[in-house]
Amino acid sequence: MPKQTEALEHQHIVRAFDEELSRLTGAIVEMGGLAERQVADAVRALAERDVELAAKVIETDRRIDDLEESIDQDAIKLLALRQPMAIDLRMIAMALKITNDLERMSDYAVSIAKRSQRLSEHPELRPIQQLPRIGQSCLSMVKDVLDAYVERDADKATAVWHRDSEVDELYTSLFRELVTYMLEDPRTISSCIDVLFIAKNLERIADHATNIAEKIVFIKHGTQINRPRHEVE
Amino acid sequence: MSAVVTAVPFATQSVSADPKVKSRIRGLNFYYGNLQALKNIDMVVYEHAVTALIGPSGCGKSTLLRCFNRMHDLTPHTRYEGEIRLYPDDVNIVSSDIDPIEVRMRISMVFQKPNPFPKSIYENVAYGLRVRGVKARSELDGRVEAALRGAALWEEVKDRLEEPGTALSGGQQQRLCIARALATDPEIVLFDEPTSALDPIATASIEDLIISMAGSVTILIVTHNMQQAARVSSYTAFMYLGELVEYGPTTELFTRPRHQRTSDYLTGRFG
Repeated sequence: MPKQTEALEHQHIVRAFDEELSRLTGAIVEMGGLAERQVADAVRALAERDVELAAKVIETDRRIDDLEESIDQDAIKLLALRQPMAIDLRMIAMALKITNDLERMSDYAVSIAKRSQRLSEHPELRPIQQLPRIGQSCLSMVKDVLDAYVERDADKATAVWHRDSEVDELYTSLFRELVTYMLEDPRTISSCIDVLFIAKNLERIADHATNIAEKIVFIKHGTQINRPRHEVE
Repeated sequence: MSAVVTAVPFATQSVSADPKVKSRIRGLNFYYGNLQALKNIDMVVYEHAVTALIGPSGCGKSTLLRCFNRMHDLTPHTRYEGEIRLYPDDVNIVSSDIDPIEVRMRISMVFQKPNPFPKSIYENVAYGLRVRGVKARSELDGRVEAALRGAALWEEVKDRLEEPGTALSGGQQQRLCIARALATDPEIVLFDEPTSALDPIATASIEDLIISMAGSVTILIVTHNMQQAARVSSYTAFMYLGELVEYGPTTELFTRPRHQRTSDYLTGRFG
């Protein structure tokens, strides 16, 4: 791969363009921070059976949706008015894709919060104790990928990308445990299914973190935008 | 990481898989007196494609373009070193053994400002043919019409061929100049900022014309307008301070330049 450009250190001749770009990046970082917080809170609400915290997670969704709309609108405006090229083009085009990933993450956090509210009405199931572990793995991926975005660090992003299999393995092992549990005591089936969906949601959140990692690598190097999983597996 | 998966090109100005080389520039240096304006340029120009030369003012892009039809011969104390080979006959067109008139028969040029001769529309186009000894009225008529059609001007002027060329609008005058350049069946047409004096509509029609001409002639275009280079060309060369910094397929250069200088220029970060 040819040595890549590091155009970000230079300023644009038109300073207003620099301001618009940093505003766009800032909004994505804000949206990312909110989504990360939502995931963290959803996991905590679940572990601590905190119904109010779960309600807060559900409420935050509105702000995420508003941010997504305004980032998308700004990105379209920049494309139309500035005719960006090279790294600017890659950044703006990827902004459109990254907001989509963040918005999905937030939706999964909301879904976890809703299920945690329901679960808190029933006696605690043992397999639930595994969820915070999956939650932590997936949360650290989200956190690291957002750091990689802020720092434009493609290596850090690639490292996040490789960590996705950890979460997948945790999910698979929890899945097996839940099946055994349900076979032993069918009365727990409904709660077990909630736990299973929560685990699935966490696994999907990790997938979106890896999607964002791919976009960061593209912004930096301009190579592939979507990297198929089977390339390493 | 594996190579980029390239989908089917979506642009009209796609890059053909195995392009033929029309011209090859090798070790080209050019001097205005003691000032070296071009520094060791190596580059190929592909046949029947549009190649754009971009770069900031003074980078040497117009100087390079003008080498192609020996325009510099008219300026005193200029000097060429190296070669621009023209194929298929493999002749070095900047060699002093080669008559510049011969070169200009094969490589014609369209300038920044429309510059029709103070003659009728018909005579503007027929001029080059007459110089080359075409006398028969029937042949002249046929070739003038073909050139005007080639420049997408025929329908607008066919009933007023005897009117002065200077009476046309700016965009029409520029298309008349393109017809004049096409009349002698050149192998390469050079464009030096062909739309910078035109409004957006006339610009669009010239760009459309350039793209359609590329099916039958090789085109080199110098432009300050990067979006124009992106729209019309298959290949783009970025020049800076007399050097060729980067050259490649336009889609690559505009989305993923390899050099910092190119990236800075394209993104408007040039200091």
